[in-house]
Amino acid sequence: MFNAINISHIFVFDQEEALDFYVGKLGLEVSNDMNLGFMRWLTVRVPGDPNRDVLLEVPAPPGMDEKTAAQVRETVSKGGSGFALGLTTSDCRKTYETLKARGVEFSEEPTEHPYGIDCGLRDPFGNHLRIVQLATAPQQVPARKS
Amino acid sequence: MLRARDAMDRAYAEPLDIPDLARLACVSEAHFIRTFRATFGETPHRYLQRRRVERAMFLLRETDRSVTDICLDVGFASLGTFSRTFHGIVHETPIEYRLNASPLPVPTCFSMTWTRPSSFGEARTSNGT
Repeated sequence: MFNAINISHIFVFDQEEALDFYVGKLGLEVSNDMNLGFMRWLTVRVPGDPNRDVLLEVPAPPGMDEKTAAQVRETVSKGGSGFALGLTTSDCRKTYETLKARGVEFSEEPTEHPYGIDCGLRDPFGNHLRIVQLATAPQQVPARKS
Repeated sequence: MLRARDAMDRAYAEPLDIPDLARLACVSEAHFIRTFRATFGETPHRYLQRRRVERAMFLLRETDRSVTDICLDVGFASLGTFSRTFHGIVHETPIEYRLNASPLPVPTCFSMTWTRPSSFGEARTSNGT
């Protein structure tokens, strides 16, 4: 029925500021940047992964009324947008050092878990992103005690 | 406010104080407490307490460290205060929680957010009910 997930979105408050972050700091690339008149269709993707776009979407009229847009901005600003994006890497610690040097704000340093090593960061708007270096060994999930 | 809350999530085991967090948020202490409460629905102190209990729940569930060690690991200064606070929020003693709990097969950021006990004792018991 489906072939893949091809696009998801992240709410951003300013698309130029979002580009500075997602492209300028994180190193993603622009896959689409179209002025449709009623909105700017701006998507980014991981270089080398052409089939998965992320839409950098601004909550604003006419897409939504201003009152709702303000609620969205408030919710995102206080970290209420949940897990916005997960990225994989082959070296979490190195990626962390590189991004930190570029001024990225991390909420959690690289930490080892059963599933791999991951770290947490925020974009300029409050969205929570995670970068994970997946463990190569299969994960054993312990059975719940009966 | 989000920066201050992220700092508490990160440095919960340290003796955090409100003046430091207020400075991080670039506001006065009184303003910080008021604004934090208006934003997140509880005072910074209460948020930190629940974060420490959540981390203790994680360590009880996922490690074999002693209750005393966990108490100190998460930033409580006394076992008595820790046990009382834990029981008041989770409605089980630390030992009871450990006996009933199992490791969670989800990313840690999720268990950190979703197993955080609520302010009013409506926390899920360790068997998920």
